[in-house]
Amino acid sequence: MNNMNRRKFLRLVGGTGSLLTLSGALISCDKGPAGSGRVIVVGGGFGGSTCARYLRKYDPTLDITLIEPAKQFTTCPFSNLVLGDMRKLADITHGYAAQTSRGNKVIHARVTQIDAAGKKLTLDNGQTLAYDRLVLSPGIDFDWTQVKGMSAEAAMQIPHAWQGGEQTTILRKQLQAMNDGGVVVIAPPGNPFRCPPGPYERASLIAHYLKQHKPKSKILILDAKEKFSKMPLFQQAWTALYGNMIEWVAGNAGGRIESIDVAGKLIHSELGNKHKADVINFIPPQKAASLVHTAGLTNEAGWCSVNQRTFESHVHPGIHIIGDAAIAGKMPKSGFAANSQGKVCAAAIVASLHGIAMPDPSYVNTCYSLVAPNYGISVAAVYRYNKEQGIYKVEGSGGVSPKDADAAFRQLEARYAAGWYDSITSDAFG
Amino acid sequence: MKTLLVNHLCSILVLLSVTTGLCQAVEINRGMMLSHSCAGCHGTDGKSPGSIPSIEGKSAEFISKSLLEFREGKRSSTVMGRHAKGYSDEEIKLIANHFAAVK
Repeated sequence: MNNMNRRKFLRLVGGTGSLLTLSGALISCDKGPAGSGRVIVVGGGFGGSTCARYLRKYDPTLDITLIEPAKQFTTCPFSNLVLGDMRKLADITHGYAAQTSRGNKVIHARVTQIDAAGKKLTLDNGQTLAYDRLVLSPGIDFDWTQVKGMSAEAAMQIPHAWQGGEQTTILRKQLQAMNDGGVVVIAPPGNPFRCPPGPYERASLIAHYLKQHKPKSKILILDAKEKFSKMPLFQQAWTALYGNMIEWVAGNAGGRIESIDVAGKLIHSELGNKHKADVINFIPPQKAASLVHTAGLTNEAGWCSVNQRTFESHVHPGIHIIGDAAIAGKMPKSGFAANSQGKVCAAAIVASLHGIAMPDPSYVNTCYSLVAPNYGISVAAVYRYNKEQGIYKVEGSGGVSPKDADAAFRQLEARYAAGWYDSITSDAFG
Repeated sequence: MKTLLVNHLCSILVLLSVTTGLCQAVEINRGMMLSHSCAGCHGTDGKSPGSIPSIEGKSAEFISKSLLEFREGKRSSTVMGRHAKGYSDEEIKLIANHFAAVK
């Protein structure tokens, strides 16, 4: 065999080898879990849990593993109702039993390393797992560098409560311990951040709690921004329901914070104003979770650039990123968006593993906010994809609740907010 | 040598095309892509566990008519009018057929 023939030979053998692997996979297609491919999903929030469920729905033969450090997930959505004394933390905490009952493996561990070229990852329990496709839905991390005095440790005294669970409890206890006449400062970050209407729903439901138990108290929102999600609807409702209990300060008008004296609970604004508070809820600026930073999947702004039709990373093929960590065109960073993206991503992966075409995706977002137990408002949109714009909003679709709606309308939206929570959590965790 | 390998490849391709038949259970159609996004509010497969109406078990005619009326503002709604405006007549038909066929 001369050199030329040897090269040809190797090429043919190589080709045969990959065909054998492929045919092997397809043969075992009807035999259950060894099936059409191995997909690992990292992150058991709205994005990851939904994606794992819909991967199974699209292809019952897939080998699916969900990796999530926590045994239970406390949702960020509806954690403001815990602060407002309308729900208990247990009501918004979900497990992973439904995943295992459908045949998905669940491993409670942390990913320590991703080998994108070798298509495998390492866990902190010592396991190494190989995959054909990897989905990362890791959520957010905080950027503590922009406000002096604040740190991850300081968040035990000045809670962000922007991840559900212990942080929610810390803030709730501080509100309970506060005297009537106290000042609560809520400090939302600049864009982009998780759950754009969240800080303002929080102000509303804390006001609902204070109005009943500590009516002389005040809520000061020191915002990094000049405007916020559903702003006219929130402000209209605040005046109607809570009088002047809630005061909002725009970023340029002294809202932007320069430093926080954690022990003294003293806030220094960029314009030189000082605010003494009894409870501070500082919500830090955000970036994609450290996992995707370590794996080199983020851009300069700290988020993951992906093909918005398949959510496959622009950095490493075979790795898909969904949810808050991903840049998803016009979609906001919300649990609902992550749920919607998880389904599109599942379809894209199954289509790709089977060599079939995925039909054009459609995405949806609906964010309900409660301003009081019987007063709900919403923002919604339907999205599509094209190459030029990525994910764009369908013209004429979506928008916010009408400003002139009557009490019955607000009450119905509050009722649907609870129904939405029941549906989306059952879709992701049920 | 080359001929042998090519023959070998051909037999694998035949095997491949036969075995592919076993995997036809996998289907991703436009109706699914559109309808799965409804589950965020209406529950998986349109089976709502809470206060939002279920779509499961409704006829295609009913779903189609409702969505068209929401879209045209002929039927009052809180959020469905805003959603329905995101879909064409054809897409509404696909969604209606999908939920009518859900088991």
